[in-house]
Amino acid sequence: MTRTRALIAVTLATLVVVAAAALVPVARAADPIKLGFGMALTGGLSANGKPALLAVEIWKDDVNKKGGLLGRPVQLIYYDDQTNPSTVPGIYTKLLDVDKVDLVISGYGTNLIAPLMPIAMERKLTVMGMFGLANNEKYQYPNYFQIQPAGPDPQTSTAIGFFELAARQNPKPQTVAIVGADAEYPQNALVGARELIKRYGLKTVYDKTYPPSTVDYTPIVRAIKATNPDIVFVASYPPDSVGMLRAAHEVGLQPKIFGGGMVGLMFTTVMTSMGSMLNGVVNYDFWAPEPPFLAIPGIKEFLKEYQARAEKAGVDPLGYYLPPYSYALVQVLGQAVEATKGLDQQKIADHIRATEFNTIVGKVKFGKNGEWAKGRTLMVQYQKISGNSIDQFRGPGKKVVLYPDEFKSGNLIYPYAAALK
Amino acid sequence: MFSWDLLANAVVAGVLLGGFYAAVSLGIGLIFGLLDIANIAQPAFVILGAYAAYVMNSAYGLDPILTGIAFTPVFYVLGAVVYRIYYGSFERRGEESLRGLVFFFGILFIMEVSLSLKFGVDYRLVQAGYIGKSFELAGVGVSFRYLVPCVVGVAMTAALYLFLGRTFYGRAIMAVSQDQAALRLMGANPVQIKTIAFGVGIAAASLAGALLITIAPVIPSTDRDYIGRMFAITVLGGMGSIGGTLVAAIILGVIESLMATFFGPSWSLAVSFGILLAALAVRPAGLFGR
Repeated sequence: MTRTRALIAVTLATLVVVAAAALVPVARAADPIKLGFGMALTGGLSANGKPALLAVEIWKDDVNKKGGLLGRPVQLIYYDDQTNPSTVPGIYTKLLDVDKVDLVISGYGTNLIAPLMPIAMERKLTVMGMFGLANNEKYQYPNYFQIQPAGPDPQTSTAIGFFELAARQNPKPQTVAIVGADAEYPQNALVGARELIKRYGLKTVYDKTYPPSTVDYTPIVRAIKATNPDIVFVASYPPDSVGMLRAAHEVGLQPKIFGGGMVGLMFTTVMTSMGSMLNGVVNYDFWAPEPPFLAIPGIKEFLKEYQARAEKAGVDPLGYYLPPYSYALVQVLGQAVEATKGLDQQKIADHIRATEFNTIVGKVKFGKNGEWAKGRTLMVQYQKISGNSIDQFRGPGKKVVLYPDEFKSGNLIYPYAAALK
Repeated sequence: MFSWDLLANAVVAGVLLGGFYAAVSLGIGLIFGLLDIANIAQPAFVILGAYAAYVMNSAYGLDPILTGIAFTPVFYVLGAVVYRIYYGSFERRGEESLRGLVFFFGILFIMEVSLSLKFGVDYRLVQAGYIGKSFELAGVGVSFRYLVPCVVGVAMTAALYLFLGRTFYGRAIMAVSQDQAALRLMGANPVQIKTIAFGVGIAAASLAGALLITIAPVIPSTDRDYIGRMFAITVLGGMGSIGGTLVAAIILGVIESLMATFFGPSWSLAVSFGILLAALAVRPAGLFGR
């Protein structure tokens, strides 16, 4: 009797253990690792959000072709944030609580990263930021890492190369006009520009902002021209970048150096449409098809794949601005997962903080506030562009890198008017 | 920083901008001002016109303005179809006020998403010989990029003014905006007249879109930048006054330009809309409203 009872007890206990084991979710080899994010697939930033998504998809396919991460396939779960920051908390709450994602990355852009920060901090997530400017300056959250190569001082990063190049000219330019849109990025860039103007001992003769919905930029450019500045620094989004450049040509604004922080000029449709009007503009950028960048392992294969898929995806056909960095961002995350052999958020963050990664944009090492330990915002000059052919932008020589010196691929044509000839 | 030279340039730039604003607002002036239909989707039709100009320009090198003119019959038919759906679904049942508004919101979003799916979300621009060129007359610079849309905008206003005042259908449209029952007693069908008017309003969007992409790059969501301005100009000019639309557009353009030149462009829109509010406080029916 006692033996029978013991047998029943052991059988029941075994059943309970087996049942419990069946109920507890255990990651099996076939279970995908879920990477979740919101992305601007519609709305104002979608021209960058959609190429960024394509780059992440290419990374996922590349990883899965090689057997996945930790032997498990990678699955992307993403939602359109509509370029609307108010959608971000809902999207990430769903990703974490309903979709049960294992890893998160941010959507594209400063405004869309900002609402993610409190959620990431509350849940102690490791979060990779995609092109956010100074998002972590106030939070100082240790598990945030940002892929835009702004460096430890993101506010001055857009403008530093521009003013550094200006200061190297002889005679040194003296007066400066700064103008930008009433929006998050341009305002940050203008704050940085003001700081640099003080640092380089320049005199401000014009400092104004304009609403993003401005239609006619000629009155603004004419007002700038009336102050006769040596330097014109513009912090603008794509429609205003085009508007300002066209107006500069129509009004005949020819300072000694022109450009700075004009988002959109590097987009392929804008480059091909603006054509020779771009000549002489000195502008920030993050990537250019110049020898120092084309030599980095993996980049040529990535661009080949991206360009093959771009037309079908309806995105920028060359993908020289954001896509390489979007790919690099998930490369870093993937390498950290492999190195830590798990999905522990803290271990992943600790590894990312301590490691230098090899990516398709070069070596990436994070430093203060999760920004790149050393900034690498480029200053390029558009040179010798003629006509509107896309092919001229595929190779070197049209977007010459002037700054920083270690990536320099050509010389500044100075003053601006000389490059227009 | 004041100079007479800058003032003259600012006024001329404002007038040119106003001519363009008039072109963009004429359709809504007709549909909202005369027919009293709150067609929130009108800016989306303008963007559709812009994409038509982009396609013909990039594929065949056709001038955007010519494309805008060539596509007006297509847009007219499109407008007529949209109005018939609106009429059958809402107006006939007397549910046009709120549900009709939702209907047009829906059309706006569907058009935005359709354009995104078809063309992606890259900024689209057109090439034309006059873009980026300018000339100077007595110290005043004139950009062809704004001069051409202004001339076309004024021509569109004149054409619509003559159509409404001198033709049978034009007068019928004016009549339908005043008293539908009386029009019916005269043997005319108000629904048919409104269909024509709505079609003409949407046809104007074809040309307005071509002018828009001549001035600035577009993406499918560019329409949102224009909703406020279009309705503001229509209301300021006086509901149903085509000439008033042109005057209001020029007033807004000149104010924006003067503010951008002398006081800082940030104030442009705020002051423009402040003046709109002040004008409506004095003349609630608008400058030329009945």
